Amino acid sequence: MPLAQTSTTVPVIVNDDLCIADKGCTVCVDVCPLDVLRIVETDEGNKTAFMKYDECWYCMPCEADCPTGAVTVNLPYLLK
Amino acid sequence: MDEILDGLTQIDCDILVIGGGTAGPMAALKAKRKNPKANVVLLDKANVKRSGAISMGMDGLNNSVIPGYATPEQYTKEITIANDGICDQAAVYRYAQECYGIIEELDEFGIRFQKDENGEYDVKKVHHIGTYVLPMPNGDTVKKALYRQLRKARINIINRYMSTRLLTGEGRVAGAICVNTRTAEFLVVRAKAVIMGLGAAGRLGLPTSGYLMGTYENPTNSGEGYSMAYHAGAGLANLECYQINPLIKDYNGPACAYVAGPMGGYTANAKGERFIECDYWSGQMMQEFYDELQGGKGPVYLKLNHLAEETVSEIERVLHIVERPTRGHFHAGRGTDYRKQMIEMHISEIGFCSGHSASGVFVDEHARTTIPGLYAAGDMANVPHNYMLGAFTNGAFAGLDAADFIADVDFAAFDEGEVEAERNRVLAPTKRDDGIPPNQIEYKTRRLVNDYLQPPKVTAKMELAQKRFEEVRDDMEQGMYVQDSHELMRALEASSILDCADMAAAASLYRTESRWGLYHNRVEYERDNENWFCHTILTKGEDGKPAHRKQDVKPYVVEIADEEKDAYDKQRVDPSVAAE
Repeated sequence: MPLAQTSTTVPVIVNDDLCIADKGCTVCVDVCPLDVLRIVETDEGNKTAFMKYDECWYCMPCEADCPTGAVTVNLPYLLK
Repeated sequence: MDEILDGLTQIDCDILVIGGGTAGPMAALKAKRKNPKANVVLLDKANVKRSGAISMGMDGLNNSVIPGYATPEQYTKEITIANDGICDQAAVYRYAQECYGIIEELDEFGIRFQKDENGEYDVKKVHHIGTYVLPMPNGDTVKKALYRQLRKARINIINRYMSTRLLTGEGRVAGAICVNTRTAEFLVVRAKAVIMGLGAAGRLGLPTSGYLMGTYENPTNSGEGYSMAYHAGAGLANLECYQINPLIKDYNGPACAYVAGPMGGYTANAKGERFIECDYWSGQMMQEFYDELQGGKGPVYLKLNHLAEETVSEIERVLHIVERPTRGHFHAGRGTDYRKQMIEMHISEIGFCSGHSASGVFVDEHARTTIPGLYAAGDMANVPHNYMLGAFTNGAFAGLDAADFIADVDFAAFDEGEVEAERNRVLAPTKRDDGIPPNQIEYKTRRLVNDYLQPPKVTAKMELAQKRFEEVRDDMEQGMYVQDSHELMRALEASSILDCADMAAAASLYRTESRWGLYHNRVEYERDNENWFCHTILTKGEDGKPAHRKQDVKPYVVEIADEEKDAYDKQRVDPSVAAE
């Protein structure tokens, strides 16, 4: 029973230029109640936060607590 | 991160508090202050800094009993009537007497409450009878203020561990089995007392948007408290009294008539006419809301477009910062301006939550469950309509009582086999090569909840639900498959959700009458005070399935006159005087 790969747009967007995950920051990952954010290495070799799991309550701690304003919470497409 | 690792650690503490949202932190603080030598552990599936229903804050206290504005007797009477008489008043009365002290304490934590020009609390009337709603101008800071207190009191905080089962032995609680949500490693916590503050079962019904996490409640609150209490053998009360709320359609956050009502906003039908007298959330109010939607006069709206500019701006300021701050984005995206358009509302998915209804783990006025040493507080305990201040206050009661309880007991011995059995249950989806992912198990369960359990409740539909749930359970137990530890957390949540769905069906079938307005509207049965003026208590039966019994409502502390008993049944605006 192989699993499909179904695409989905994600509500939380991170601006790589502003994200300071490279400096060890994990604030957005830490505060998310649903634990859906992770840190990944970009093609340029920098680290940045991204939304790994599309399981968002659009509640906003990630955006509110980000020290550099890199995170934007949009509404999931299904309900916006 | 998210790799599945093999590991098991055991720790001991005096008091284990599960859930770091609202009730849990207050319980931990109170226990630690009463007994500074006690080792108090506060454990959360997320991070205590931003966990639970008030993750981003709260716009006010909906049920404050403040001297000069309301009395404990009046509040107890109001909640008893709002909850259709099924209420052990001792817990409500104690809350009403002591919540003012908690407000003062929260004030000392730096959480401010609205005051008028004379420095008095600026309490607003939203309920049918009394005046209890107190706005919180800096309500967005609640979690930060709580967290500072937890650090100061040296509470041991454990984040990102999900508890999955309670341990019991010697006829009392012995601890809990927990799993790390990022590594799948196990933590067994032995404790002399356990306080549960795990929130609502908010991921029971499926929101109409179809988005799994687009629920009214914080979706981390997926019913683990109810499920763990059930498997441990505790009694759960009146689960058929669902939570159903009037919300902003699709966005699924509260439209917040509690904020807008005192400033002149109200719930209206498509013509902009008021049809309910009182915007306070009750089953009777929801029935009127439902009737208006079904009766061709819908959609239903929150109406603010008749208000002055400065009033609308003030409402926006509060509603767009606190509790659900993406609300402003939502309205902007649809071009809804409160000054011009009304805000479309709808009926929420069903859930268990005593914060707004009465479905919860049975507790007394000390927050004690039916298992010695095990406490429950907040949305998952059955003190009716207890909201955020109820979670704080009943959490405090739990902490204070637990501090006494541990003085006289040592760790209860438990069967080590239970830990092994639980490890096998939890890890089963990691041992398969392929299968059904947890999101599909969850989606199907919750879609069936909508199809068959949503009121109006029909016997044949609920019996069908039970059959379908059994099939889903077989699939879950035999075929669920996860690829990492994050998915394993979702798999465990799917299991709690299915437990709650089973309990919702069973409890609703047991009470063969209609009560609490829409919450338990059983179309084949009328109200039946003779046979059903009682609590229903659900426990795990010998056969592993829900068992039921009736339990008397304790004699009232505050008497209610016969002519007052149906005050909440008279919700509909008299059309002859409605024109305005």
